[in-house]
Amino acid sequence: MSKIVLKNVYKHFDKKVTAVSDFNLTVEDGEFIVLVGPSGCGKSTVLRMIAGLEEISSGEFYIDGKLMNDVPPKSRDIAMVFQNYALYPHMTVFDNMAFGLKIRKFQKDKIKKRVEEAAELLGLEDLLHRKPKALSGGQRQRVALGRSIVRDAKLFLMDEPLSNLDAKLRFQMRAEIAKLHQRLKTTSIYVTHDQTEAMTMASRIIIMKDGVIQQIGTPKDVYDNPENTFVGGFIGSPSMNFFDGRIVNSQFIADDVHINIPEEKMAYLREQGYAGKELTMGIRPEHIHLLTGEEEAELTNSILSKIIVSELTGADTLLYSMLGTQEMIAEVESRTNVTAGEDVYLTFNMDCAHFFDKETGVRIRPEKSAVLVG
Amino acid sequence: MEEVEMAAKKRDEERVASAPAYFDNIHTKRKLLSLINFILLAAGSLLILSPIWWMISTSLKSMAEVMTYPPTFYPHEWNWGNYIKTWKAAPFDTYAINTITITMLVVIGSVLVNSFIAYGFAKVPFKGRGILFAIVLSTMMIPGFVTLIPQYVLFSKLQWINTYYPLVVPAFFGSAFFIFLLRQFYMTIPNELIEAAKIEGASHFRIWWTIGLPLTKPALATVAIFSFNGAWNDFLGPLLYLNDENLYTLQLGLQVFKGEMNTQWNYLMAGSLLVLLPVIILFFFFQKYFIQGINLQSGGK
Ligand SMILES: Nc1ncnc2c1ncn2[C@@H]1O[C@H](COP(=O)(O)OP(=O)(O)OP(=O)(O)O)[C@@H](O)[C@H]1O
Ligand SMILES: [Mg+2]
Repeated sequence: MSKIVLKNVYKHFDKKVTAVSDFNLTVEDGEFIVLVGPSGCGKSTVLRMIAGLEEISSGEFYIDGKLMNDVPPKSRDIAMVFQNYALYPHMTVFDNMAFGLKIRKFQKDKIKKRVEEAAELLGLEDLLHRKPKALSGGQRQRVALGRSIVRDAKLFLMDEPLSNLDAKLRFQMRAEIAKLHQRLKTTSIYVTHDQTEAMTMASRIIIMKDGVIQQIGTPKDVYDNPENTFVGGFIGSPSMNFFDGRIVNSQFIADDVHINIPEEKMAYLREQGYAGKELTMGIRPEHIHLLTGEEEAELTNSILSKIIVSELTGADTLLYSMLGTQEMIAEVESRTNVTAGEDVYLTFNMDCAHFFDKETGVRIRPEKSAVLVG
Repeated sequence: MEEVEMAAKKRDEERVASAPAYFDNIHTKRKLLSLINFILLAAGSLLILSPIWWMISTSLKSMAEVMTYPPTFYPHEWNWGNYIKTWKAAPFDTYAINTITITMLVVIGSVLVNSFIAYGFAKVPFKGRGILFAIVLSTMMIPGFVTLIPQYVLFSKLQWINTYYPLVVPAFFGSAFFIFLLRQFYMTIPNELIEAAKIEGASHFRIWWTIGLPLTKPALATVAIFSFNGAWNDFLGPLLYLNDENLYTLQLGLQVFKGEMNTQWNYLMAGSLLVLLPVIILFFFFQKYFIQGINLQSGGK
């Protein structure tokens, strides 16, 4: 049972650096929130303010309706996993996990029971007597997780817990953390700059840039409907394609390429006065398709492009080419044997394209009434 | 663990096996060099140790032999009894107990208090921390003799003359060098460790006690040794503040052999050696930490 609320939270360092601006967030009980954003965008700072390790410069922070701004970390009933694990090197795994319980004066047998339960959950039963030095990175990470779950805290914070692990282990631990959350249902906030982690684990993602929230939404939501070009470019790999161009007569014109815009999109673009104006179109690589037959190419909305690089990633092939003077990546089936230098017809699935204001980068959306009709 | 060691061993063996032939030549050269090194170092050591030898030999001579001229290099007659006579010449049992009491208190105080203060300077952010630390450090520049008289006046106003308070209590108020040394050590402990403990619910005192102390053991050993040395060998302090003979320390006790007219050198040397013994033993056991402390003092590390 824990709901957390952050209201107009700011963090200034030394009166000059503003690490976090106007942060507003409500987390419902049992949610798994993932904070993503490029390095230095203020993710850790948000987490540390929630944990009480960093003072909140202005704004309010509530847990279950109780103002927490001036509550010391030890009284917030929060557990946190650090990037470098922060295990106590002189204590055994058991003692590391029991530390918080001992401080909270749990009875000995109860401590033992809880630690053993957590150890079993994380597959650490045989390592309880070891010191952290004698553990592998993945095992240390598990101990750090174990240390945070034994206390059954209200809120679970994790700051890039997997970034020190190799790719395979990261994949494995990611699934394990997700499983753990499904079982324990503890409200969690997880920081990462890995957008795959964000997409796979989150019930909601928060994308930050320069201390400002760019968008909050479910993974599907932020992937399908990015609020602005930053979110569109940050979420998804390979990144969304962006083309600068102009709208003329229901066509998007970039350099000398003309692409037809579906009428339903055109309707709200026109309505908001974008007809004839400069704007940015965004389309994900998987929404650019390869056409095979020439006749088909004549019929549909297609462009002839010379492939510069063809990259097989396994399941898919990435085709790098140019749209006029702008770079373009298409993600197509791996079996299509397109090689570099080849000329192919590509077509855009324009129903999945987005248009962004050129100045602000904000996505142009159908107005409210239009949404209701559609 | 074992696997790792095995692998390392194997690697070393391979390295030796694959060493090129010209190494043989270098080997003999190295041997020669190390021999020269050894001779030089041995000569130096002998030179440095010669006063110690002089002490030992004097302590075993009879008073008549001490006075002979030219002096003898080693005693003609080995008077082992000198040591017993020395110990019985004054209530050295009492002095030893007194010295041990004072030293233990000073060591405990130094280790705990300096560590606690250093933890604060290293891990607890507060306003004015930098300036306060600079002030603490600056006290290292004040020669001890400058504060001698004010301190005496202070302690006499507190009516602490002829008690152990002036010798012991200051150790519980921290010393700049120890604080500096321990703070440097604390700086190497990652902040996350402290933060993790904070979130787990530990107070600063608790963190210091359960995490700070165990993790700074090597530095604490250095502090313990230095403060032991200081308290054990202190002569001026006891001389100034202790009047009652029952309270005397070993260092003061040794004065009985220094008369107005003549000094009983053989007994004085025997006494000095006995008093020195614990320090030497301690040094052999904790050499590593001693050197660490000196390294830090000279900024070597
Ligand atoms: N103690 C501090 N003093 C001054 N500036 C700080 C301090 N801590 C963080 N900052 C600044 O605040 C900004 C946000 O830092 P933060 O650590 O929250 O970034 P982050 O999103 O966690 O980045 P990363 O992904 O690299 O961990 C950065 O510009 C950083 O330089
Ligand atoms: Mg960070």
